[in-house]
Amino acid sequence: MKNPIISILDLSVEFNNIKVLDNINLDIYQNDFIGIAGPNGAGKSTLIKTLLNLNNYTGTIKLWDTPLNKFKNWNYIGYLPQSLNQYSHQFPATVEEIVSLGLISALKWPRILDAESIKRVSDILTELEINNLAKTSIHDLSGGQRQRVWLAKALVSKPKVLILDEPTNALDPEIRKVFYEQITKLHKKGVAIILITHDTSDIGTYAKKLLLLDTKVIFWGEFSDICNSKEMSNYFGEEAKHFICHQHE
Amino acid sequence: MSNLINILQYQFIERAIIAGLFLGVVCAVMGVFLVLRKMSLIGDGLAHISFGAIAIGLVFGLYPLIIALPLVIIASLIIYALTRNHIIEGDAIIGILAALGLAIGVILSSISTGFNVDIFSYLFGNILAITQQELSFVIIGSITILSIIILFYQEFMAISFNPEQAKISGISVTILDILFSIITAITVIMSVKLAGALLVSALIILPASSSLQIAKSFQNTILFAIIFALISIIGGIVISLLINIPTGATIVTVNAAIFFFILLIKLLKSNQ
Repeated sequence: MKNPIISILDLSVEFNNIKVLDNINLDIYQNDFIGIAGPNGAGKSTLIKTLLNLNNYTGTIKLWDTPLNKFKNWNYIGYLPQSLNQYSHQFPATVEEIVSLGLISALKWPRILDAESIKRVSDILTELEINNLAKTSIHDLSGGQRQRVWLAKALVSKPKVLILDEPTNALDPEIRKVFYEQITKLHKKGVAIILITHDTSDIGTYAKKLLLLDTKVIFWGEFSDICNSKEMSNYFGEEAKHFICHQHE
Repeated sequence: MSNLINILQYQFIERAIIAGLFLGVVCAVMGVFLVLRKMSLIGDGLAHISFGAIAIGLVFGLYPLIIALPLVIIASLIIYALTRNHIIEGDAIIGILAALGLAIGVILSSISTGFNVDIFSYLFGNILAITQQELSFVIIGSITILSIIILFYQEFMAISFNPEQAKISGISVTILDILFSIITAITVIMSVKLAGALLVSALIILPASSSLQIAKSFQNTILFAIIFALISIIGGIVISLLINIPTGATIVTVNAAIFFFILLIKLLKSNQ
Protein backbone atom coordinates (compact mmCIF):
# COMPACT_ATOMS: atom_id res chain seq x y z
CA MET A 1 0.00 0.00 0.00
CA LYS A 2 1.27 3.49 -0.84
CA ASN A 3 2.00 6.06 1.88
CA PRO A 4 -1.04 7.82 3.32
CA ILE A 5 -1.70 11.33 2.03
CA ILE A 6 -2.95 12.35 5.48
CA SER A 7 -1.59 10.72 8.59
CA ILE A 8 -2.96 11.56 12.04
CA LEU A 9 -1.34 10.22 15.19
CA ASP A 10 -2.61 10.74 18.76
CA LEU A 11 -4.37 13.97 17.80
CA SER A 12 -6.12 15.90 20.57
CA VAL A 13 -7.66 19.37 20.46
CA GLU A 14 -8.87 21.42 23.43
CA PHE A 15 -10.87 24.64 23.54
CA ASN A 16 -10.96 26.38 26.95
CA ASN A 17 -9.72 23.20 28.66
CA ILE A 18 -12.54 21.15 27.12
CA LYS A 19 -11.44 18.24 24.95
CA VAL A 20 -13.06 18.49 21.54
CA LEU A 21 -10.97 15.75 19.94
CA ASP A 22 -9.37 12.99 21.95
CA ASN A 23 -6.58 10.75 20.73
CA ILE A 24 -7.54 10.47 17.07
CA ASN A 25 -5.51 8.11 14.88
CA LEU A 26 -6.19 7.88 11.13
CA ASP A 27 -4.46 7.24 7.84
CA ILE A 28 -6.16 8.54 4.70
CA TYR A 29 -5.10 7.32 1.24
CA GLN A 30 -5.37 8.80 -2.23
CA ASN A 31 -8.12 6.40 -3.31
CA ASP A 32 -10.31 7.04 -0.23
CA PHE A 33 -13.84 8.42 -0.20
CA ILE A 34 -14.49 8.97 3.48
CA GLY A 35 -17.71 9.98 5.15
CA ILE A 36 -17.39 11.62 8.56
CA ALA A 37 -20.47 11.44 10.76
CA GLY A 38 -21.29 12.08 14.39
CA PRO A 39 -23.63 14.08 16.62
CA ASN A 40 -23.48 17.89 16.94
CA GLY A 41 -20.33 18.93 18.77
CA ALA A 42 -18.63 15.60 17.99
CA GLY A 43 -15.59 17.41 16.60
CA LYS A 44 -16.16 16.76 12.88
CA SER A 45 -15.52 20.32 11.70
CA THR A 46 -12.78 20.74 14.33
CA LEU A 47 -10.97 17.73 12.87
CA ILE A 48 -11.11 19.26 9.39
CA LYS A 49 -10.06 22.73 10.57
CA THR A 50 -7.17 21.18 12.49
CA LEU A 51 -6.05 19.37 9.33
CA LEU A 52 -6.19 22.75 7.58
CA ASN A 53 -3.87 24.21 10.24
CA LEU A 54 -6.50 26.51 11.76
CA ASN A 55 -6.43 25.06 15.31
CA ASN A 56 -3.80 24.39 17.95
CA TYR A 57 -3.40 20.68 18.68
CA THR A 58 -1.26 18.02 20.31
CA GLY A 59 -0.13 14.93 18.44
CA THR A 60 1.20 14.54 14.92
CA ILE A 61 -0.37 15.44 11.60
CA LYS A 62 1.44 14.76 8.36
CA LEU A 63 0.21 15.78 4.92
CA TRP A 64 1.99 13.95 2.13
CA ASP A 65 4.67 12.89 4.62
CA THR A 66 5.33 16.52 5.62
CA PRO A 67 4.57 17.73 9.17
CA LEU A 68 1.58 20.10 9.07
CA ASN A 69 3.54 23.15 10.27
CA LYS A 70 6.01 22.73 7.38
CA PHE A 71 3.44 21.86 4.71
CA LYS A 72 3.40 24.32 1.80
CA ASN A 73 1.50 22.60 -1.02
CA TRP A 74 -1.93 23.90 -0.06
CA ASN A 75 -3.02 23.59 -3.68
CA TYR A 76 -3.18 19.81 -3.00
CA ILE A 77 -6.24 20.46 -0.83
CA GLY A 78 -9.60 21.78 -2.01
CA TYR A 79 -11.98 22.84 0.75
CA LEU A 80 -15.68 23.59 0.56
CA PRO A 81 -16.66 25.23 3.87
CA GLN A 82 -19.86 24.60 5.78
CA SER A 83 -21.19 28.13 5.36
CA LEU A 84 -20.88 29.75 1.96
CA ASN A 85 -21.98 33.12 3.30
CA GLN A 86 -19.02 33.99 5.50
CA TYR A 87 -18.16 37.25 3.77
CA SER A 88 -19.26 40.86 3.94
CA HIS A 89 -22.75 41.23 2.44
CA GLN A 90 -21.41 44.09 0.35
CA PHE A 91 -18.27 42.32 -0.89
CA PRO A 92 -18.20 43.13 -4.60
CA ALA A 93 -16.98 40.24 -6.69
CA THR A 94 -17.86 38.35 -9.83
CA VAL A 95 -17.91 34.57 -10.03
CA GLU A 96 -14.60 34.48 -11.91
CA GLU A 97 -12.94 36.74 -9.31
CA ILE A 98 -14.02 34.41 -6.49
CA VAL A 99 -12.96 31.27 -8.35
CA SER A 100 -9.57 32.84 -9.13
CA LEU A 101 -8.98 33.18 -5.37
CA GLY A 102 -8.81 29.37 -5.33
CA LEU A 103 -5.70 29.58 -7.49
CA ILE A 104 -3.70 31.51 -4.89
CA SER A 105 -2.28 28.33 -3.34
CA ALA A 106 -1.05 27.16 -6.74
CA LEU A 107 0.58 30.44 -7.82
CA LYS A 108 4.09 31.59 -7.00
CA TRP A 109 4.59 35.11 -5.67
CA PRO A 110 3.84 37.67 -7.01
CA ARG A 111 0.50 35.96 -7.50
CA ILE A 112 -0.61 37.93 -10.53
CA LEU A 113 -3.06 36.05 -12.73
CA ASP A 114 -1.47 35.18 -16.08
CA ALA A 115 -3.18 33.90 -19.25
CA GLU A 116 -2.80 30.29 -18.09
CA SER A 117 -4.52 31.05 -14.76
CA ILE A 118 -7.38 32.85 -16.50
CA LYS A 119 -7.80 29.86 -18.83
CA ARG A 120 -7.80 27.49 -15.82
CA VAL A 121 -10.62 29.52 -14.22
CA SER A 122 -12.58 29.45 -17.48
CA ASP A 123 -12.00 25.67 -17.84
CA ILE A 124 -13.30 24.82 -14.36
CA LEU A 125 -16.36 27.04 -14.88
CA THR A 126 -17.04 25.19 -18.14
CA GLU A 127 -16.49 21.82 -16.46
CA LEU A 128 -19.09 22.64 -13.81
CA GLU A 129 -21.39 24.16 -16.44
CA ILE A 130 -21.40 27.67 -14.95
CA ASN A 131 -19.33 29.47 -17.58
CA ASN A 132 -22.34 31.67 -18.33
CA LEU A 133 -22.09 33.03 -14.76
CA ALA A 134 -18.43 34.16 -15.05
CA LYS A 135 -19.23 37.89 -14.97
CA THR A 136 -22.20 37.59 -12.59
CA SER A 137 -22.01 39.16 -9.14
CA ILE A 138 -21.84 36.58 -6.33
CA HIS A 139 -24.83 38.31 -4.75
CA ASP A 140 -27.03 37.44 -7.73
CA LEU A 141 -26.61 33.64 -7.47
CA SER A 142 -29.13 31.03 -6.35
CA GLY A 143 -28.18 28.54 -3.61
CA GLY A 144 -27.34 25.81 -6.12
CA GLN A 145 -25.31 28.17 -8.32
CA ARG A 146 -23.40 29.45 -5.30
CA GLN A 147 -22.58 25.86 -4.32
CA ARG A 148 -21.12 25.19 -7.77
CA VAL A 149 -19.12 28.42 -7.72
CA TRP A 150 -17.58 27.51 -4.36
CA LEU A 151 -16.90 24.01 -5.65
CA ALA A 152 -15.17 25.57 -8.67
CA LYS A 153 -13.06 27.67 -6.27
CA ALA A 154 -12.11 24.51 -4.36
CA LEU A 155 -11.25 22.60 -7.55
CA VAL A 156 -9.52 25.27 -9.65
CA SER A 157 -6.07 24.45 -8.23
CA LYS A 158 -6.53 20.77 -9.25
CA PRO A 159 -6.43 19.42 -5.67
CA LYS A 160 -5.53 15.83 -4.79
CA VAL A 161 -8.03 15.77 -1.93
CA LEU A 162 -11.37 17.54 -1.65
CA ILE A 163 -12.80 18.25 1.80
CA LEU A 164 -16.53 18.96 1.96
CA ASP A 165 -18.04 20.23 5.21
CA GLU A 166 -21.84 19.72 5.20
CA PRO A 167 -21.93 20.61 1.50
CA THR A 168 -25.58 19.98 0.73
CA ASN A 169 -27.29 21.56 3.75
CA ALA A 170 -29.04 24.28 1.76
CA LEU A 171 -29.71 22.36 -1.43
CA ASP A 172 -32.94 20.83 -2.64
CA PRO A 173 -32.89 17.04 -3.35
CA GLU A 174 -32.46 17.33 -7.12
CA ILE A 175 -29.48 19.72 -6.99
CA ARG A 176 -28.07 17.61 -4.17
CA LYS A 177 -28.09 14.53 -6.41
CA VAL A 178 -26.34 16.40 -9.22
CA PHE A 179 -23.79 17.70 -6.71
CA TYR A 180 -22.94 14.21 -5.47
CA GLU A 181 -22.71 12.92 -9.05
CA GLN A 182 -20.04 15.55 -9.68
CA ILE A 183 -18.19 14.54 -6.52
CA THR A 184 -18.34 10.85 -7.48
CA LYS A 185 -16.97 11.71 -10.93
CA LEU A 186 -14.06 13.57 -9.29
CA HIS A 187 -13.33 10.59 -7.07
CA LYS A 188 -13.24 8.31 -10.12
CA LYS A 189 -10.65 10.69 -11.61
CA GLY A 190 -8.43 10.04 -8.58
CA VAL A 191 -9.34 12.84 -6.14
CA ALA A 192 -9.62 11.67 -2.52
CA ILE A 193 -12.88 12.85 -0.92
CA ILE A 194 -13.52 13.64 2.74
CA LEU A 195 -17.20 14.34 3.32
CA ILE A 196 -18.74 15.60 6.54
CA THR A 197 -22.50 15.35 6.67
CA HIS A 198 -25.32 14.87 9.11
CA ASP A 199 -27.10 12.81 6.50
CA THR A 200 -25.78 9.28 6.98
CA SER A 201 -27.75 8.08 3.95
CA ASP A 202 -25.51 10.33 1.78
CA ILE A 203 -22.46 8.72 3.36
CA GLY A 204 -23.93 5.24 2.88
CA THR A 205 -24.68 5.97 -0.77
CA TYR A 206 -21.46 7.65 -1.84
CA ALA A 207 -18.61 7.07 0.64
CA LYS A 208 -16.51 3.93 0.88
CA LYS A 209 -15.29 4.36 4.44
CA LEU A 210 -16.95 5.73 7.54
CA LEU A 211 -15.42 7.71 10.36
CA LEU A 212 -17.89 7.97 13.23
CA LEU A 213 -16.72 10.60 15.69
CA ASP A 214 -17.90 11.60 19.12
CA THR A 215 -14.84 13.43 20.44
CA LYS A 216 -13.13 10.03 20.11
CA VAL A 217 -13.18 7.70 17.13
CA ILE A 218 -16.24 5.44 17.56
CA PHE A 219 -15.79 3.61 14.29
CA TRP A 220 -13.27 3.88 11.49
CA GLY A 221 -13.25 1.53 8.54
CA GLU A 222 -15.10 -0.02 5.62
CA PHE A 223 -18.90 -0.15 5.74
CA SER A 224 -18.82 -3.94 5.61
CA ASP A 225 -17.08 -3.95 9.00
CA ILE A 226 -19.73 -1.86 10.77
CA CYS A 227 -21.86 -4.81 11.86
CA ASN A 228 -18.89 -6.68 13.24
CA SER A 229 -17.60 -3.70 15.17
CA LYS A 230 -17.36 -4.02 18.96
CA GLU A 231 -17.05 -0.24 19.25
CA MET A 232 -20.36 0.22 17.42
CA SER A 233 -22.02 -2.23 19.82
CA ASN A 234 -20.59 -0.37 22.79
CA TYR A 235 -21.60 3.04 21.42
CA PHE A 236 -25.12 2.26 20.17
CA GLY A 237 -25.92 -0.77 22.33
CA GLU A 238 -26.36 -4.25 20.91
CA GLU A 239 -30.05 -3.78 20.02
CA ALA A 240 -29.60 -0.49 18.25
CA LYS A 241 -26.63 -1.91 16.36
CA HIS A 242 -28.71 -4.82 15.14
CA PHE A 243 -31.37 -2.37 14.04
CA ILE A 244 -28.80 -0.28 12.10
CA CYS A 245 -27.32 -3.38 10.49
CA HIS A 246 -30.74 -4.68 9.61
CA GLN A 247 -31.60 -1.32 7.97
CA HIS A 248 -28.33 -1.40 6.08
CA GLU A 249 -29.08 -4.86 4.66
CA MET B 1 -12.16 81.67 -15.81
CA SER B 2 -8.91 83.36 -16.92
CA ASN B 3 -8.41 84.20 -13.27
CA LEU B 4 -8.64 80.51 -12.40
CA ILE B 5 -6.20 79.56 -15.18
CA ASN B 6 -3.75 82.13 -13.83
CA ILE B 7 -4.11 80.76 -10.30
CA LEU B 8 -3.58 77.19 -11.50
CA GLN B 9 -0.19 78.19 -12.89
CA TYR B 10 1.23 79.01 -9.47
CA GLN B 11 3.81 76.51 -8.33
CA PHE B 12 2.14 75.92 -4.94
CA ILE B 13 -1.14 75.10 -6.72
CA GLU B 14 0.68 72.68 -9.01
CA ARG B 15 2.20 70.99 -5.96
CA ALA B 16 -1.23 70.80 -4.30
CA ILE B 17 -2.84 69.22 -7.38
CA ILE B 18 -0.05 66.65 -7.84
CA ALA B 19 -0.11 65.71 -4.14
CA GLY B 20 -3.91 65.61 -4.18
CA LEU B 21 -4.02 63.25 -7.16
CA PHE B 22 -1.50 60.83 -5.62
CA LEU B 23 -3.24 60.89 -2.24
CA GLY B 24 -6.66 60.54 -3.84
CA VAL B 25 -5.63 57.33 -5.60
CA VAL B 26 -3.93 55.84 -2.51
CA CYS B 27 -6.78 56.71 -0.13
CA ALA B 28 -9.38 55.35 -2.56
CA VAL B 29 -7.57 52.03 -3.02
CA MET B 30 -6.81 51.59 0.68
CA GLY B 31 -10.38 52.64 1.47
CA VAL B 32 -11.86 49.74 -0.51
CA PHE B 33 -9.92 47.19 1.56
CA LEU B 34 -10.53 49.03 4.86
CA VAL B 35 -14.28 49.43 4.31
CA LEU B 36 -14.69 45.79 3.27
CA ARG B 37 -12.76 44.64 6.34
CA LYS B 38 -14.96 46.84 8.55
CA MET B 39 -11.92 48.88 9.52
CA SER B 40 -13.16 52.26 8.23
CA LEU B 41 -12.73 53.92 11.61
CA ILE B 42 -9.04 53.11 11.84
CA GLY B 43 -8.33 56.02 9.45
CA ASP B 44 -10.10 58.40 11.80
CA GLY B 45 -8.36 56.98 14.87
CA LEU B 46 -4.88 57.07 13.34
CA ALA B 47 -5.45 60.63 12.10
CA HIS B 48 -6.30 61.77 15.64
CA ILE B 49 -3.23 59.97 16.95
CA SER B 50 -1.15 61.71 14.28
CA PHE B 51 -2.38 65.07 15.59
CA GLY B 52 -0.84 64.35 19.00
CA ALA B 53 2.33 62.98 17.38
CA ILE B 54 2.68 66.08 15.15
CA ALA B 55 2.29 68.31 18.24
CA ILE B 56 5.16 66.42 19.91
CA GLY B 57 7.31 67.05 16.83
CA LEU B 58 6.46 70.75 16.84
CA VAL B 59 7.20 71.12 20.57
CA PHE B 60 10.65 69.63 20.12
CA GLY B 61 11.26 71.68 16.97
CA LEU B 62 11.52 68.54 14.81
CA TYR B 63 9.97 67.99 11.41
CA PRO B 64 6.47 66.90 12.55
CA LEU B 65 5.67 64.26 9.94
CA ILE B 66 8.97 62.46 10.58
CA ILE B 67 8.07 62.17 14.29
CA ALA B 68 4.46 61.26 13.53
CA LEU B 69 5.28 58.49 11.07
CA PRO B 70 6.87 55.96 13.50
CA LEU B 71 4.43 56.86 16.31
CA VAL B 72 1.36 56.31 14.12
CA ILE B 73 2.78 53.08 12.70
CA ILE B 74 3.33 51.84 16.28
CA ALA B 75 -0.23 52.85 17.20
CA SER B 76 -1.57 51.02 14.14
CA LEU B 77 0.34 47.87 15.13
CA ILE B 78 -0.89 48.14 18.74
CA ILE B 79 -4.48 48.35 17.48
CA TYR B 80 -3.90 45.29 15.29
CA ALA B 81 -2.21 43.25 18.03
CA LEU B 82 -4.86 43.99 20.68
CA THR B 83 -7.81 43.29 18.39
CA ARG B 84 -6.26 40.17 16.86
CA ASN B 85 -5.75 38.65 20.28
CA HIS B 86 -9.29 39.66 21.34
CA ILE B 87 -7.91 41.65 24.27
CA ILE B 88 -10.19 44.57 23.39
CA GLU B 89 -12.67 45.33 20.62
CA GLY B 90 -11.20 47.24 17.66
CA ASP B 91 -13.52 50.25 17.89
CA ALA B 92 -12.80 50.63 21.62
CA ILE B 93 -9.00 50.70 21.30
CA ILE B 94 -9.25 53.01 18.26
CA GLY B 95 -11.45 55.35 20.31
CA ILE B 96 -9.06 55.26 23.29
CA LEU B 97 -5.90 55.97 21.27
CA ALA B 98 -7.66 58.61 19.13
CA ALA B 99 -8.85 60.49 22.22
CA LEU B 100 -5.35 60.23 23.74
CA GLY B 101 -3.77 61.59 20.54
CA LEU B 102 -6.16 64.50 20.38
CA ALA B 103 -5.73 65.24 24.10
CA ILE B 104 -1.92 65.28 23.78
CA GLY B 105 -2.24 67.65 20.81
CA VAL B 106 -4.56 70.02 22.68
CA ILE B 107 -2.38 70.03 25.85
CA LEU B 108 0.85 70.65 23.94
CA SER B 109 -0.67 73.41 21.83
CA SER B 110 -2.05 75.12 24.95
CA ILE B 111 1.24 75.10 26.88
CA SER B 112 3.41 76.04 23.93
CA THR B 113 3.42 79.24 22.00
CA GLY B 114 4.40 79.92 18.44
CA PHE B 115 3.27 76.76 16.67
CA ASN B 116 -0.49 77.04 17.03
CA VAL B 117 -0.85 78.16 13.40
CA ASP B 118 1.23 75.15 12.26
CA ILE B 119 -0.74 72.66 14.30
CA PHE B 120 -4.07 73.97 13.07
CA SER B 121 -2.93 73.38 9.48
CA TYR B 122 -2.54 69.70 10.46
CA LEU B 123 -5.86 69.67 12.29
CA PHE B 124 -7.90 71.15 9.44
CA GLY B 125 -5.53 70.46 6.53
CA ASN B 126 -3.92 72.89 4.11
CA ILE B 127 -2.89 71.20 0.90
CA LEU B 128 -2.04 74.57 -0.65
CA ALA B 129 0.77 74.94 1.89
CA ILE B 130 2.41 71.63 0.96
CA THR B 131 6.17 71.99 0.57
CA GLN B 132 8.40 70.42 -2.09
CA GLN B 133 9.80 68.10 0.59
CA GLU B 134 6.31 66.98 1.62
CA LEU B 135 5.34 66.49 -2.01
CA SER B 136 8.35 64.18 -2.49
CA PHE B 137 7.28 62.24 0.61
CA VAL B 138 3.75 61.90 -0.78
CA ILE B 139 4.93 60.75 -4.23
CA ILE B 140 7.44 58.19 -2.90
CA GLY B 141 5.00 56.97 -0.23
CA SER B 142 2.12 56.66 -2.72
CA ILE B 143 4.18 54.75 -5.30
CA THR B 144 5.45 52.40 -2.56
CA ILE B 145 1.94 51.72 -1.20
CA LEU B 146 0.41 51.21 -4.65
CA SER B 147 3.25 48.83 -5.59
CA ILE B 148 2.62 46.80 -2.42
CA ILE B 149 -1.11 46.65 -3.22
CA ILE B 150 -0.43 45.51 -6.80
CA LEU B 151 2.08 42.85 -5.68
CA PHE B 152 -0.26 41.48 -2.99
CA TYR B 153 -3.57 42.23 -4.76
CA GLN B 154 -4.82 38.63 -4.77
CA GLU B 155 -3.75 38.09 -1.15
CA PHE B 156 -5.34 41.31 0.16
CA MET B 157 -8.53 40.54 -1.78
CA ALA B 158 -8.61 36.99 -0.37
CA ILE B 159 -8.10 38.24 3.21
CA SER B 160 -10.83 40.88 2.75
CA PHE B 161 -13.16 38.18 1.41
CA ASN B 162 -12.54 35.62 4.16
CA PRO B 163 -9.38 35.58 6.35
CA GLU B 164 -9.84 31.94 7.38
CA GLN B 165 -10.05 30.71 3.82
CA ALA B 166 -7.11 32.93 2.89
CA LYS B 167 -5.07 31.14 5.54
CA ILE B 168 -6.12 27.75 4.15
CA SER B 169 -4.80 28.91 0.76
CA GLY B 170 -1.37 29.19 2.36
CA ILE B 171 -1.39 32.98 2.72
CA SER B 172 0.56 34.36 5.70
CA VAL B 173 -2.42 36.35 6.95
CA THR B 174 -0.68 37.70 10.08
CA ILE B 175 2.34 39.02 8.17
CA LEU B 176 0.14 40.64 5.51
CA ASP B 177 -2.12 42.15 8.19
CA ILE B 178 0.96 43.73 9.81
CA LEU B 179 2.09 45.05 6.40
CA PHE B 180 -1.42 46.40 5.80
CA SER B 181 -1.47 48.13 9.22
CA ILE B 182 1.83 49.83 8.35
CA ILE B 183 0.70 51.10 4.94
CA THR B 184 -2.60 52.27 6.46
CA ALA B 185 -0.60 54.38 8.95
CA ILE B 186 1.58 55.81 6.16
CA THR B 187 -1.55 56.64 4.09
CA VAL B 188 -3.06 58.55 7.01
CA ILE B 189 0.13 60.46 7.77
CA MET B 190 0.56 61.47 4.13
CA SER B 191 -3.06 62.63 3.92
CA VAL B 192 -3.15 64.73 7.11
CA LYS B 193 -1.73 67.74 5.25
CA LEU B 194 -4.40 67.40 2.55
CA ALA B 195 -7.59 67.13 4.60
CA GLY B 196 -6.46 67.56 8.22
CA ALA B 197 -6.62 65.08 11.09
CA LEU B 198 -10.34 65.68 11.49
CA LEU B 199 -11.28 64.91 7.89
CA VAL B 200 -8.71 62.36 6.69
CA SER B 201 -10.98 59.38 7.23
CA ALA B 202 -13.50 60.87 4.79
CA LEU B 203 -10.92 60.61 1.99
CA ILE B 204 -10.55 56.93 2.80
CA ILE B 205 -14.18 55.99 3.43
CA LEU B 206 -16.19 58.09 0.94
CA PRO B 207 -14.78 57.07 -2.49
CA ALA B 208 -14.91 53.39 -1.48
CA SER B 209 -18.44 53.71 -0.09
CA SER B 210 -19.67 55.47 -3.25
CA SER B 211 -18.06 52.83 -5.42
CA LEU B 212 -19.51 49.94 -3.42
CA GLN B 213 -23.00 51.23 -4.20
CA ILE B 214 -22.61 50.60 -7.92
CA ALA B 215 -19.70 48.25 -8.67
CA LYS B 216 -20.38 44.55 -9.30
CA SER B 217 -16.77 43.38 -9.37
CA PHE B 218 -13.80 43.94 -7.08
CA GLN B 219 -11.71 45.42 -9.87
CA ASN B 220 -14.44 47.92 -10.80
CA THR B 221 -14.89 48.87 -7.14
CA ILE B 222 -11.27 49.99 -7.02
CA LEU B 223 -11.50 51.69 -10.41
CA PHE B 224 -14.68 53.65 -9.55
CA ALA B 225 -13.29 54.60 -6.13
CA ILE B 226 -10.21 56.08 -7.84
CA ILE B 227 -12.38 57.99 -10.34
CA PHE B 228 -14.60 59.44 -7.57
CA ALA B 229 -11.54 60.39 -5.54
CA LEU B 230 -9.91 62.18 -8.48
CA ILE B 231 -13.12 64.06 -9.35
CA SER B 232 -13.41 65.16 -5.70
CA ILE B 233 -9.79 66.26 -5.44
CA ILE B 234 -9.75 68.29 -8.66
CA GLY B 235 -13.31 69.57 -8.14
CA GLY B 236 -12.56 70.42 -4.51
CA ILE B 237 -9.37 72.33 -5.29
CA VAL B 238 -10.99 74.30 -8.15
CA ILE B 239 -14.17 75.16 -6.18
CA SER B 240 -12.17 76.18 -3.10
CA LEU B 241 -9.99 78.49 -5.20
CA LEU B 242 -12.98 79.99 -7.02
CA ILE B 243 -14.96 80.87 -3.92
CA ASN B 244 -12.07 81.10 -1.46
CA ILE B 245 -13.02 78.38 1.05
CA PRO B 246 -10.80 75.73 2.76
CA THR B 247 -9.57 73.18 0.21
CA GLY B 248 -9.56 70.00 2.38
CA ALA B 249 -13.10 70.55 3.59
CA THR B 250 -14.27 71.31 0.03
CA ILE B 251 -12.73 68.06 -1.26
CA VAL B 252 -14.54 66.12 1.45
CA THR B 253 -17.81 67.92 0.68
CA VAL B 254 -17.56 67.09 -3.04
CA ASN B 255 -16.80 63.47 -2.05
CA ALA B 256 -19.86 63.38 0.19
CA ALA B 257 -22.02 64.98 -2.55
CA ILE B 258 -21.00 62.19 -4.95
CA PHE B 259 -21.82 59.56 -2.32
CA PHE B 260 -25.29 60.95 -1.53
CA PHE B 261 -26.06 61.49 -5.23
CA ILE B 262 -25.25 57.83 -6.00
CA LEU B 263 -27.19 56.67 -2.96
CA LEU B 264 -30.22 58.72 -4.02
CA ILE B 265 -30.14 57.34 -7.58
CA LYS B 266 -29.82 53.81 -6.19
CA LEU B 267 -32.75 54.28 -3.83
CA LEU B 268 -34.91 55.78 -6.58
CA LYS B 269 -34.05 52.88 -8.90
CA SER B 270 -34.82 50.27 -6.26
CA ASN B 271 -38.22 51.88 -5.63
CA GLN B 272 -39.18 51.80 -9.33
